[in-house]
Amino acid sequence: MDNRVSIRNVSKIYGKGCDSCIELTGPEHGRNRCPKCGTIVACADIGFDVYPGEVLGIVGESGSGKSTLVKTLYFDEAPTTGEFYLQDFEEGLSNVYGLSSLQKRYIRNHLMGMVYQNPHLGLRLDYSAGGNIAEKLLMADWNHVGDIRERAKELLTKTEIPIERMDDKPKYFSGGMQQRVQISKALANNPPLLLLDEVTTGLDVSVQASVLDLIRQIGRELGISMIVVSHDFSVIRMLTNRTIVMKNGRIVEQGLTDQIMEDPQHAYTQLLINSLI
Amino acid sequence: MTPHLHIENLTKTFTLHQFDGKQIVGCTDINLDLEHGEFIGITGKSGAGKSTILKCIYRTYIPTSGSMMYHSDTHGLIDLAKAEERDILEIRQKEIGYVSQFLRVLPRVTALDCVVEVLVEIGTEKAAAVAEARAILSHFQLSESLWESYPNTFSGGEKLRLNLARAMVKRPKFLLLDEPTASLDQGSKASVRDMIIELKRGGTSMIGIFHDLEFMESVVDKEFNMRNGIMVGGYA
Repeated sequence: MDNRVSIRNVSKIYGKGCDSCIELTGPEHGRNRCPKCGTIVACADIGFDVYPGEVLGIVGESGSGKSTLVKTLYFDEAPTTGEFYLQDFEEGLSNVYGLSSLQKRYIRNHLMGMVYQNPHLGLRLDYSAGGNIAEKLLMADWNHVGDIRERAKELLTKTEIPIERMDDKPKYFSGGMQQRVQISKALANNPPLLLLDEVTTGLDVSVQASVLDLIRQIGRELGISMIVVSHDFSVIRMLTNRTIVMKNGRIVEQGLTDQIMEDPQHAYTQLLINSLI
Repeated sequence: MTPHLHIENLTKTFTLHQFDGKQIVGCTDINLDLEHGEFIGITGKSGAGKSTILKCIYRTYIPTSGSMMYHSDTHGLIDLAKAEERDILEIRQKEIGYVSQFLRVLPRVTALDCVVEVLVEIGTEKAAAVAEARAILSHFQLSESLWESYPNTFSGGEKLRLNLARAMVKRPKFLLLDEPTASLDQGSKASVRDMIIELKRGGTSMIGIFHDLEFMESVVDKEFNMRNGIMVGGYA
């Protein structure tokens, strides 16, 4: 398979569901709650590919289903339907959603990294910064303490965390530093796929710039494929080659990022672009 | 040999959904052949549709109809109007340079780094990339004191020269120039002309938009004039 990631027909539905859920929700109805049975269709009919070394953006307002989608990719949530193929797992021939939880854990620990908007979700704030990285490495079968410490130092240096803070707990770090520790942790096992969910939301502009800078540098130097979820077009423009636009749980448009911004096709994307300040 | 780029019946219409689907015409029925190593200049009033053509070729705009058969080193003969996005990204990176009047740079990346980056992306080794980047920045007479600073604060002319450096440093096979001399002084213009001549000698094909007719006539092989989205005249 040429794609590092292929996603087909993914949906996530909360509720008992009925025959009309899909038909009566989505952007043309402006809702993701089925009017018949009250089921929430967080996302549906999602399909896309990510190429090796590519950065794909997913943009949309809050409630568009973009975070739910990313959670299903990291197996934080099980999708209701769908297929997910990873080039680095059995040459992309197995739908990884269908694997046992043990195999999913293997993929998560060895082939993926995730950075959450909220550092609480990605870090143990009571463990040391180095300990957080060690945790990820142990799960990826690193077992030499000296190697682990070396790798942790290397990652913290890369993300500009002073080495002397390595044994401090992230709960005493600033938001930007916590986010950089989270990125170190996510990168620890050299994953071919990195997922980033609103990683700069809520940070000061200067801190935001340094985190974005770091992500760009990682993408260039390590050739990692990334999926960047953001509601912020300036983040998307800075980081991504291609972009998916979501609304009410569906993809309304996908294209080259500069095309999405300069020649948006869908009414909703035009509204978003025209609303930029 | 087939032309480097063969454009047939290219039309671009914009549909504005927020204004009840109102249609805006960008360009209509454009036909154009660009031979290998040739430079075509396009003139016309602002709003005539000149940039629309360049943006369609670069696929920043999705053409409404028509075809653009491009001779790619890596992909063979390919219709840019319908090519897969991944192919477009690869062709852009390896073969096409685009110089716009506006510089869109990333925060916290120095002028020098933003040129180095272009070369590193196509696989040039870092030290060689830095040397080439320095050479082209001095060619375009961008003051050395600016190399290690952020381009956000640059003047219009400085930004344009940085743009030119970024696009030309990789010696692309095909170059799109959207007013490459706007807001430049005579000395800088001469440096742009020299680089254009050098690239042409190396076999680069180019399409450029100009308001500066005197400059254009000194570099192009053919020129076309546009009015209201239509090509009205061509001279060899």
